[in-house]
Amino acid sequence: MSAPALISLARLRFGYESGRPPVLPDLSLEIPAGTITAILGPNGAGKTTLLHLMLGLLTPLGGEVRVAGRPLAGYSRRELSQLVALAPQSEHIPFDFSVLEYVLLGRSPYLGMLEMPGAADYRLAREALDQLELKPLADRPVTALSGGERQMVMLARALAQQARLLLLDEPTSHLDLSNKGRLLRTLGRLAERGATIIFTTHDPEAAALAARYVVLMRAGQVIDSGPLETVLSAERLCATYHTTVRVEHIDGRPVVLLDQSVMRGPG
Amino acid sequence: MTASARLPARGILAGLGLGLLGVFILSILFGRYPAPYWIPLDLLGSDEMAQRLVWSLRLPRLVSALLLGAALATAGAVMQMIFRNPLVEPGFLGVTQGAAFGAALSILWIGSSLLVTQAVAMLFALLGLTFSYSLARHIRYGGWVLRLVLAGIAVSALFSSGVGVLKYLADPLTQLPEITFWLLGGLWGVTWRDTLYLLPVVLPGLLVIFLMRWRLNLLSLNDETAFSLGTAPGRERTVLLIAAVAATAAVTAVAGVVGWVGLIVPHLARRLCGANAQFTLPAAMLIGGIFAVVCDDLARALLPGEIPLGILTAFLGALLFLALMMRPAFAAPE
Repeated sequence: MSAPALISLARLRFGYESGRPPVLPDLSLEIPAGTITAILGPNGAGKTTLLHLMLGLLTPLGGEVRVAGRPLAGYSRRELSQLVALAPQSEHIPFDFSVLEYVLLGRSPYLGMLEMPGAADYRLAREALDQLELKPLADRPVTALSGGERQMVMLARALAQQARLLLLDEPTSHLDLSNKGRLLRTLGRLAERGATIIFTTHDPEAAALAARYVVLMRAGQVIDSGPLETVLSAERLCATYHTTVRVEHIDGRPVVLLDQSVMRGPG
Repeated sequence: MTASARLPARGILAGLGLGLLGVFILSILFGRYPAPYWIPLDLLGSDEMAQRLVWSLRLPRLVSALLLGAALATAGAVMQMIFRNPLVEPGFLGVTQGAAFGAALSILWIGSSLLVTQAVAMLFALLGLTFSYSLARHIRYGGWVLRLVLAGIAVSALFSSGVGVLKYLADPLTQLPEITFWLLGGLWGVTWRDTLYLLPVVLPGLLVIFLMRWRLNLLSLNDETAFSLGTAPGRERTVLLIAAVAATAAVTAVAGVVGWVGLIVPHLARRLCGANAQFTLPAAMLIGGIFAVVCDDLARALLPGEIPLGILTAFLGALLFLALMMRPAFAAPE
């Protein structure tokens, strides 16, 4: 990867419970700035754990995470939250905040402990909703949204955070086709304006449409990482998912299909 | 739509503030002297007995009721948000029962002066919360919310059985009535001295929570989200919980076990102002004050004899709760 790295992981080791084999035994990775990177891999490969390590939510047992050249430990919570935003896969919100109030929470990295959001924060929250064409939802309670709408609103909250690095955990998992298109289009525009985006996904189509770089993970290890065209190949996907995969090219874009032979396999 | 989203909440808060002021002023005149239920204004100007009654009995009691309601409602709102569970109230997590146990223990063996009782009650309130919280972390069954509720029920039950034992051991002529007062809750006999004991704990606690009210929204989200938004979820939640528990323990030390305020008032506040704690929290403080002052008015003046405050708040709170549950919510969850 040629562009300078915004985030780099060096010899990262992590486990949730001591005595058990680590979830990530030894992982090194560099993510170039200003691009979209998709992390693909089977369930339990450690994708979400990796995002949480990048966020600083989890502390590695060994190795180091650097953001913009500085180790994570060198940032204050506030500085880091202005630099790195997260949209989790799902969130249980027990109280009915309005969509606007919820997106406004993304402004907290710029507010002091005792500060209330001001007019500028309301404007930026509305702009974030606008970017995702969610304005009509602004006054709806978040508890009344569908799973897909909620996922878009979580992304809007992360956008309001104006971070240089956006971490998205399965951002398309609940989206219908049109929302998926809208989300990927927004990610593309953000990257054009210099944002660095990393998303995990089970959806090779989303990766092929939006990402320039792909990281393939299995059992806490990077199988391969690099530009989309070289990494998203049948051979490497087979090695990642342990199933038979075909990669066709339609309009020059790779399309990943499960091979017919999976229907005749054992079990 | 900044205006449409925020002005109504501000208007509601102003209305509640005026409501509280009105209730407070009417409550000064409300009572059983010289006859049920009013002191005529001209009598208050001339009658020395009426003046003394208002100044040294009614006012400290009113201020204490106000602090009690505001503290319990605020603590309830904070706990509901931090534990991400709209059914939590101070009593559910072993705080109230812990305080009652501490107070009973203090009356029996340590010392029955208010300052000592208050300190011991507060210590046991904190212990009750810590115990519930760590127990919930170790229960290997159900989701987080269910585990918290189960742990809270168990710890409360342990403390109330402890209170039972202490009642059994207490001297039936001197100590038992004092303990019984705790369990029913009430503000009779409250003087300015009691009110002054309340202020240095309740006011700073409420102030900390009030100032952090927008931050409270962030702390009601998932840990990962709260963290990614720049908070230190564990530490900030602990600060707010300590403030809430300290205020709860202090008012419980003076008034005994007064239930339902901490559960029902935050719900009312959310119905009026939505979920945003920037507005809901001050609304809960004001409604809590109004609710407790009105209940205490009824407690002291409705009948010739005093009705225990805890009984009234439970009765009215439960009725309100039922009424709220019967009405459709503004937004029905999926």
